[in-house]
Amino acid sequence: MTRVTLWGTRGSLAAPGADTARYGGNTACVEVRGPAGSVLVLDAGTGIRPLGNALQGRVARIHLLLSHLHMDHIQGLGFFNPLHDPDVEVHIWGPGSTTLDLKTRLNRYLSPPLFPVHLRDLPRLTVHEVPPASFAIEEFRITARLVCHPGPTVGYRLECADGVVAYLSDHEPALGARTFPQAADWTSGFEIARDADLLIHDAQYTDEEYARRVGWGHSRIADALRFATLARVRKLVTFHHDPEHSDADIERLTESALARQQPPFPVVAGAEGTTFELG
Amino acid sequence: MAEKAIEVILTRQLASYLAVPIFIVDEAGVLVYYNEPAEKVLGLRFEDTGEMSQERWSNLFEQKDDHGNPIPASALPLAQALRHGRPAHGAFWIRGLDGQPRRIAVTAFPLIGQARRNLGAIALFWEAPA
Repeated sequence: MTRVTLWGTRGSLAAPGADTARYGGNTACVEVRGPAGSVLVLDAGTGIRPLGNALQGRVARIHLLLSHLHMDHIQGLGFFNPLHDPDVEVHIWGPGSTTLDLKTRLNRYLSPPLFPVHLRDLPRLTVHEVPPASFAIEEFRITARLVCHPGPTVGYRLECADGVVAYLSDHEPALGARTFPQAADWTSGFEIARDADLLIHDAQYTDEEYARRVGWGHSRIADALRFATLARVRKLVTFHHDPEHSDADIERLTESALARQQPPFPVVAGAEGTTFELG
Repeated sequence: MAEKAIEVILTRQLASYLAVPIFIVDEAGVLVYYNEPAEKVLGLRFEDTGEMSQERWSNLFEQKDDHGNPIPASALPLAQALRHGRPAHGAFWIRGLDGQPRRIAVTAFPLIGQARRNLGAIALFWEAPA
């Protein structure tokens, strides 16, 4: 059985507090545990700190897949204890840019003055740029594709014997489209999400918020549902909740979108601590 | 049909908003999109034609030089940009499906994406009376 656990679901900025306790205030981090026990981690937002504590002493190798290098996706990196543990081998995967490789880009954050520890000082770390073709990590077949978000950003498709998990945490497939969705082959992220058993997708904005933030790289909830319908997914988890949205807001907005669009698959608002099982 | 690369999708979105006629071809030379201003110059609607192979689109317009000599498809700026991976420019005559001869100038450049992937080429063109 494959288990997918949400450790951070918030977008843009951590938002702790009583009114975000149900869906959580930590930024993006998802643990995927394969049927043979391999551990993949999607993004290193602040949710990766408690995940690191939970993994401590229990695993010998971790693969951390970064979607991109915006701060809310890497801010927890220096606080991920397995990175400092000489008994744990950590592999970081992510996109380079047209001019800088991934390691150089990560060094901009993991070095003074932004952080006291250098990347080179971490004991058993290997950095890999995601290749353009599918590749294997232990029991998973991974596909990383560039998607619509400012700066080099990839979505991940994780395939294993139990099914397919698609991760599009920061994604604005409706950008510039006169009608959305367009044809599948002209829709960012479609190949990542196609027929996935579980799609974790950006749903940061309401319609009104999106109208003021077109081009910021995120989706309104309605477009996340439209995209998931186009991709024929079996379950949608909304993700990257806006830091200004309280638990009550998220529940109200999700219920309203479901009532309007009535998608043919279950939709769950991503909540910190939730585990989904495949297989 | 496989999803287009994000760089190509965004180029199409941009082209769909610009008033400059634009052609986009993929790495195999297939014409994957042209915008509304291009439809006016060419006398063809993209919604009617859909994608076109390089052989088809490069023979549609009976392109000729200023002396009336046919221009081979391989010499068109878009084909040059695609083959050589560098910008190309030219001016020549075409005949759109409305039957009218038009002299157009074309500037084409390769679409080179992240990780230096060759994704095709783009051509901007405009009417350029002799």
